[in-house]
Order: sequence, then C-alpha cells, then structure tokens
Amino acid sequence: MRISRWKTLPLLLAIGLIATACGGNGDTDEPADTDTDTTEDADDADEDADADADEDADDESAADGDPVSVGLLLDLGGRGDESFNDAAAAGVDQASSEFNLEVTELEPNEAGENRDELARLLSQEGAEIVIAVGFLFEEAIGAVSPDFPDVNYGLVDALVEQDNVAGLLFAEHEGSFLVGAAAALKTETGRVGFIGGVENPLIERFEAGFNAGVAAVDPDIEIDRNYISQPPDFSGFNDPARGREIALGMYGNGADIIYHAAGGSGSGLFEAAREVSEDTGSQVWAIGVDSDQYLTADEALQPYILTSMLKRVDVAVYQTIAAHIDGSFAGGPQEFDLAVDGVGYSTSGGFIDDIVDQLEEFKEQIASGAIDVPNAL
Amino acid sequence: MRSRAVLIRLIASLGAIAFAVGLSAIVLLLVDVSPLEAFGAMLSYGARLDSAISIVNRAVPLYLSALAVAIGFQMGLFNIGVEGQYRIAALIAGYVGAAITLPAVLHVAVIVLVAMVVGALWASIAAVLKATRGIHEVISTIMLNFIATGLGAWLLANYLREEVEGSLQVRTAQIPESGRMPSLNPVLEAVGITIPAGSDLQSFVLIAIAAGVGYYVLIWRTRLGYDLRAFGANPSAAEASGVDRKRMIFTALGLSGAFAGLVVMGPVLGFTYRYTDDLPTELGFTGIAVALVGRNKPVGMAFAALLFAFLNRSAQILDLRGIPKEIEVIIGGVIILAVVIAYELARRSIAAAQVRASSAEERAQSDAEVSA
Repeated sequence: MRISRWKTLPLLLAIGLIATACGGNGDTDEPADTDTDTTEDADDADEDADADADEDADDESAADGDPVSVGLLLDLGGRGDESFNDAAAAGVDQASSEFNLEVTELEPNEAGENRDELARLLSQEGAEIVIAVGFLFEEAIGAVSPDFPDVNYGLVDALVEQDNVAGLLFAEHEGSFLVGAAAALKTETGRVGFIGGVENPLIERFEAGFNAGVAAVDPDIEIDRNYISQPPDFSGFNDPARGREIALGMYGNGADIIYHAAGGSGSGLFEAAREVSEDTGSQVWAIGVDSDQYLTADEALQPYILTSMLKRVDVAVYQTIAAHIDGSFAGGPQEFDLAVDGVGYSTSGGFIDDIVDQLEEFKEQIASGAIDVPNAL
Repeated sequence: MRSRAVLIRLIASLGAIAFAVGLSAIVLLLVDVSPLEAFGAMLSYGARLDSAISIVNRAVPLYLSALAVAIGFQMGLFNIGVEGQYRIAALIAGYVGAAITLPAVLHVAVIVLVAMVVGALWASIAAVLKATRGIHEVISTIMLNFIATGLGAWLLANYLREEVEGSLQVRTAQIPESGRMPSLNPVLEAVGITIPAGSDLQSFVLIAIAAGVGYYVLIWRTRLGYDLRAFGANPSAAEASGVDRKRMIFTALGLSGAFAGLVVMGPVLGFTYRYTDDLPTELGFTGIAVALVGRNKPVGMAFAALLFAFLNRSAQILDLRGIPKEIEVIIGGVIILAVVIAYELARRSIAAAQVRASSAEERAQSDAEVSA
C-alpha cells in the first residue's frame, strides 16, 4: 500500500504540473505571437523628401524599395497585456502605417532564458533594427549588439554602451507623481493604494513618484503598498488573479483609489474596482499605467479607471524606428521625461476634468525643476 | 531475458515519442498548419551547429535538476524544492565568488562547493521538519520555494547587490576572471569544428557528466546507495534490517540539495559571471519531468534532458515562420504522459513474461518429475 502511494504521487504531481504549464499560456490572447505585416503607404511622400537628404546611412531602406525589416522583442506577457508591451507594439504599428515595414515579433519562453538567442536570431534573420522591450533585455542586447554593428537596437528602459544601441529611458517617477496627486485630490477616504508587479528598482521608481505626488497634496493620506511577486519571479507582471486579490484586500481596508504598475496584472485591479463599486454601492477607482488604459479596457470596466500614468513607450519606439529610416539614428541614452511629454497622465472618461488645472500646475513645476521628484524609495 | 526487457523499454520510449509527435501533428492540422513544415523547420533549425551547442548548454541545468530530483525518488522522497535550492545556492555562490580572489582552479572549486553546500543546507530544512516532526517533504519543499524566493530577493536587494549608480539591474558583482569557467570552443576548434559567432560551449557540461557518473556510483555501487534504494522500496523492511530512518532522510535530501545547488551554476560560471534576476527559472519543475522520462537512470535522464532542450531551442524558429510556438509545450506535455503510460505497459508486459517463463519452468520441472 505504502509503496504504491509513493509511486503514484510523483505521477499525479507531474501531471498536475503539466496541466498548469499548459494552462499558463491561456493568458495570451492569440496562440501565434508572430505578426508580419507589410504596409505600403503613399502619404509619407513629403517626409521622404526630408528623409532622402540623409538617407545615405541606410540606402537599402528607401520607403518605395524593399520593406525595412524590424524585429520586435516583447517581454513576457506579449501583445494583449493592455499595458507595457501593447504600448511598444502600438509604436511599431504606428510606424508600419507610415513606413514600408516588415515586422517580426518574438517573445521569450516562460523561463525567460532565451532572450539573447532571440535577439541574435532576429539579427541573423536580417532585421535592420531591433526593438527590445524591457530592461531584462539589457544583458541580451549587450551580448548581441557588438556582433552586428550594421543592426540598430532600441532598448526600452535600459542602456548599453554601444554605438548601435539607443537606450530609451523614461522618467516614470514624474508621471507617477501626477497620478499620485490626482489620487490625493480625489480620495474621499484619505487612503490610497499602490500595487507593483515585481518588486525591483524600476517599479519602486513608480511607487516613489506616486508617494511624492500624494504627499505633495496632503501628507496625511495613508498609502497601502503591495507587490505581486519578488524577482527572479516575474509572474507579477502577468497575473491578473493575484492583482485582483490584492486590490480587493486594499479596497476592503478602506482605500478608494489604487494605482498599479503591474503590466498585465492590472486588469485584475480594474475587475476588483468594478466588483467593489457594485457590491458596496460606493465608487472606488483604479489608476492605469503605461498606456491610456481607459481606451483599451472592456466597456464595463471603463467607469472605474480614473486616469492612467502615460509612459510613452509608443512614441519612443516610433521615433527610434523613424530615426533609423531617415538615417538620424544615434546610440546612447535618450531621456523621455515630463518636459518632452515622454510621460504624463490621461484624461479619457472625463473623471478628473475638475482637477486638471491643479495637475497642470504640478506638471509645470516639475518640468521647470521647482519640484524635484524622487526616483527611488 | 534481461536484454528482452531492455528492448521492450526502448520500444516503449520510442513509441511514446512517436505518439507525442503524431498527436502534435493532429493538433497542428486542426489549426491549419502543415506538420511537415513545422517539424521540418524545427529539425533544420535544431540541427544547426549553433543550435547543437545551445541544446547542450540548455540540457546541463535540466540534467542536474533531474539528478537532484532522482536522488530523492530513489528513497521515495519527492523533492519538489529544487527550484528554491538552486536559486539560493546560486545567489550565495555568485556573491561569494565575486567577493573572494583565489588562484584560478581553486576559485572555481570554492564557488561550486559553496553552491553545493548552500543547496544541501537549504534542503536540510525540509529534512529536519520531516525527521523530527513528520512534515511531508512535498509540502515543506514547496513552501521553502516561496521562502527562498522572498529571502533571496531581500538578501539581494539589501545586502548582496552590486551598487551601481542609476542602474535598475539587481544583481551581484561580477566574478573575477579566475573564478570563471572557460569555454570549450578552443577544444572544438582544435578538432576542426568552426564555431559560429555568439556560440559558446560551456565547460560546465563536464561537471554535469561527472555528476551523472557520481550519481551512478553513489546509487548503485555504494552501501549508502543500497540503503537508499532499500528504504525507498520498503521502508519498514529497511528499518527492520537496521537502516536508520532519520539518517536516510538527511542523507537523501542533503545530497539532493547538493546536486540542486549546481543547477544554474553553468550559466553563472560560464555566461553571466554573476547572479542576476534573469537567470532561468522553473528548472526545478522541468527537472521532475526529465527525471520521470529518464526513469531516474543516469543515461536515460541525459537523453531526456537533451530531448527537452532540443524542443525548447528548436521551437524558437516557429514564431519566425508564423507557426504557434506553443506546439512545443504540447509535444513536451504529451511526451511525459505517453512515456509514463508506456513504461507502465512495458512493466506489465515484462512482468507477464516473467510469470510465463517461471510457470513454464515449473511445468517443465513437474513434467520431468512425472516422466521420472
């Protein structure tokens, strides 16, 4: 009896593991992550006229000739996270509506161990420019970029010291400050919340800015904070179920506005905001991140999204591709802060129309340097 | 008789893999993808030299993880905590490796030793709980995985992290030259193989082979291994014949943890040269599957690790060809299930053959008696 139990236990557990492994992929909307679209566009004729002057660097990529081959390396979660990856993908989509592009998208495997191999594969397969989304690609791009000096790389959220790598860096703390101020101006319970995806310095930067924004309005407001996972477990960026649980806990604890910096887990927060609002009859709010999440959220969830902290990854990605095409691509750090509208906040839904003047005032003060927003806890 | 059993088992394994490929082909047909195109793309990409090197590098952690799991299996213990054991071990070993300076070979040896000791110590927590309080190791090792993740993140962020102004990377400092393991590329080049740029055969594969040999000797050629297997087959009988239960629990989990400590040391010593957040995860769980498919045998697990590594590497090309790469997960999952079923069928058919053989012998004997 005892022996047979010993023998079946591993089998059952292994079967369970396989089942979870298979189930894990259910979060992605599409089975195929690859998307190869070639878009011809005649509207960019005048842009081409400007571009032709300095086209010498990339003579093969003229808009009316062969399509420009663009590689897009998304991070875990991929397209459909309605957040960080989607923002980057939107930048590529915008570029491909204006230029003649051939886009290949890849994302790392579940274990996240093949980032360098994917970067190399895209470079080998003829990509002229590779966009890598997320600081986890730092090591991979650092290893691959020296081997392909003719390929340009756009690296979001990290910097690699190479002539062919542009580091696209954002002042997330400044944008988070503004939505923190919005939360503080709008809260009725005097308690707000912050949910981070993975507890690392990048996400702590969001939290630091948010805290500073809340305190700038009213230092007595309480802030609940929680992170979904700890590195090296990056599932917190793609775990709506746990995002929902944490949000329900915070709302239950008296918070009425919660800001998330948790990528794909944010949809769980929105769901929780709807549930709590409907169940208790008193409105609670969620604040989105990276993209204007009011626009991408389900219609039923829109009434609960107060605003979103905009991190214009789409603009940065678009500009990088455009710079590659017109030959002005330059390596090194490129800062996207409040002063250049690289970060900001959204007003979709009209829920914060009454406080926009105050937020604009804060924005002015940050951009002019009168307020110095901390970028770490 | 023995060779016949081996043959049946071999046919069972190959049949299981063929079944998995066939079933995946049906799934591909259902989603309107040509299986020939998909498998053709995987084979031609997976057979490239840089792929072969990558497959060996990927198989090394899987193999070590499987060895760690298999040691537990031998005495009926299910160490599901390999995941936590290797993470903590790699973190501490990576930190120690960067903090000390020693002559080349000694430096590497110390780092590897630290990893094994830390892995063994972490696994021993589960052993203490089991030996003194009877807490089932499946529960405790799963819980310890979470604790390892949290503890590791806290240690790394607050104490072991390399402080670089403005960097978002959370990682330990780099291990100096003397503590790194060289690439085997010069050896390959010496025998006339040209290595493609960016490919790097890590020499940790030698340590994995040594670990496999060590596992074989330990389990099948020592008194300790005999006791482990005896305890696994029948704990009461083993205890009655004088095997100390507590000692066995500590030995099995400690050894399992020591092997687990080695799991990601290949990438740490031969590629990243430090502990970073983006080291591969989930290897502990894949190791269970590899041990299962390889039937806890040193050579069987090596083939299973290479098979999983091949699937993982070759699936990378699918996205570029517009084929859903999730097919890899399906093939892998079906292989595990099919192999488990095939082994059970093989076991029954071997047992039935033995029964037939012995009853035939009996009959022959009684016939002889009658005629006498």
